[in-house]
Amino acid sequence: MAKILSQKFYDEMKKLEPRYPNKVALLLPALHSAQDETGWISPEVMEEVGAYIGIHPSQVREVASFYTMYNLKPVGRYHLKMCTNVACCLRGADELVHHVEKKYGIRCGETTPDRKLTLNEEECLGACGTAPAMMLNNDYHENLTTESLDRLLDGLE
Amino acid sequence: MAEIQTEQNETLFIQHFREESRPLGYYLREMAGYTALKKAFGMSSDEIIGEMKKSNLRGRGGAGFPTGMKWGFIPKQSAKPKYLVCNADESEPGTFKDRDIMRYTPHVLIEGMVIGGFAIGAHSGYIYIRGEYVREAKLLNDAIDEAYAKGYLGKNILGSGFDFDLTVHRGAGAYICGEETALLNSLEGKRGEPRVKPPFPAISGAFAGPTIVNNVETLAAVPFIINKGGDWFAKLGRLEKSGGTRLIGVSGHVKKPGLYELPSGGITLRQLIYDHCGGVLGDKKLKAVIPGGSSAPVLTADEIDVVYDIDPMMKIGSMLGSAAVMVVSEEMCVVRLLIRITKFYAHESCGQCTPCREGTRWMEDVLERIEHGSGREQDLNLLLDIADNINGKTLCALGDAAAGPVMSFVKKFRADFEAHIRSGKCPNA
Repeated sequence: MAKILSQKFYDEMKKLEPRYPNKVALLLPALHSAQDETGWISPEVMEEVGAYIGIHPSQVREVASFYTMYNLKPVGRYHLKMCTNVACCLRGADELVHHVEKKYGIRCGETTPDRKLTLNEEECLGACGTAPAMMLNNDYHENLTTESLDRLLDGLE
Repeated sequence: MAEIQTEQNETLFIQHFREESRPLGYYLREMAGYTALKKAFGMSSDEIIGEMKKSNLRGRGGAGFPTGMKWGFIPKQSAKPKYLVCNADESEPGTFKDRDIMRYTPHVLIEGMVIGGFAIGAHSGYIYIRGEYVREAKLLNDAIDEAYAKGYLGKNILGSGFDFDLTVHRGAGAYICGEETALLNSLEGKRGEPRVKPPFPAISGAFAGPTIVNNVETLAAVPFIINKGGDWFAKLGRLEKSGGTRLIGVSGHVKKPGLYELPSGGITLRQLIYDHCGGVLGDKKLKAVIPGGSSAPVLTADEIDVVYDIDPMMKIGSMLGSAAVMVVSEEMCVVRLLIRITKFYAHESCGQCTPCREGTRWMEDVLERIEHGSGREQDLNLLLDIADNINGKTLCALGDAAAGPVMSFVKKFRADFEAHIRSGKCPNA
């Protein structure tokens, strides 16, 4: 089978290997790096990661499916994760989510037909003092208002 | 008396919570960086643990266990390697303090971990950081690289003969991984499911070796304790068995949300909300306070004259937890709020224990129907019954964390719940 993951992935893993007493411990870092490259954890990625670590692909799936950050289906170029937990909810997060749903005509958990944007409701992001907060791909955006959110979203290519 | 006044304002961390504080140069210059480590290398393991015990530092992750005593549980001799693990999962809703330590003063955490590793005889350390803190993980890795380059990490640190490696391990979005045995499973590349205890991690933890798991703020306090002494640290606190200062995160309906650093046990919740945080947003009436992360039993507006620390909070049937205060004004429907909390625990239940897996969802369903006008008279007792069947009956504390809010909300705001059921709708809607 042709490899999907790049040499950079394998170099990164090689560097991490001595930090752990066994290879299985590399599974979470490996899934993070793989997802950074391919955008999601496809069955093929599970197979390749499993082969590298020396475990069955189903063991990879068992772990990957436990954690919400691993995308088990493709997501849009922009992945919006909006916190709606208590602190954000008290500061108007639900209204912001509805605003985005209306703006793009999608519901939470869905991707726009042009695959530009995926919207997810997220549990607490640990930014409660600057609520409401959300992540856009890997970046935090805090103290959100409808206006600041619109400015951010309208600027996306 | 003037002297005591100045002492009252002593803070360890918060004055450094700025972008400029991050580089090693700042840490060495402004925070006596890595001088505690030099001092610790001249001390025995027992001496270090002795200072930790004297400091009355109690774990800052939520359980409040005395850190020195915890370190003392590690066996001196072990055939398996020992590990020091920093719990940087920071996933209890309302909590956002460790993030600032990691992004602004990463070296104080690194130094604390090297000292901790030296004290317990561990040569490997891991910082298990929540997956969403992508930037913080990168900043930590940059700081770790700096520390390796200057000989504060790696082989023969500062010529002491002591080796210590430190690795950042990212989680991937699971609240349960803040529970220490779930965290260890996750570190080992498994599903983050809590383990049966005993054995406790101090005997068999990461990779089956003796392991200490400490919160970020706990480990970050270590260099201060070693430099200035356990007695000095203990005196920073205002209560007998609770030393140091404490980072308190305030969010929700207050005028000035954010982080505050105050002496342990130095203020009441009322002082915190009205004197430090400027009072309730829009000068509305205070409805409720969730005082220690979302798993802490809720307090009514009449219950906030309590001293905000571990023991006094426990005495009134709630908890300080991770010192995360969420303030709720009369604008918010408490049923809706409880749904939000319960939904979270239902989502985050790992599913191992039936009472938690089934009970959290069942409670969510019952609450939803109350909020949406189809609640039944017997639903409140049903909720209490389900919560009672979860509480204390699961492997880990997530079950209790889900049950506590339900029991306290229903008991303390029963009239609000009854109004929903009677009128067949949410009175706030």
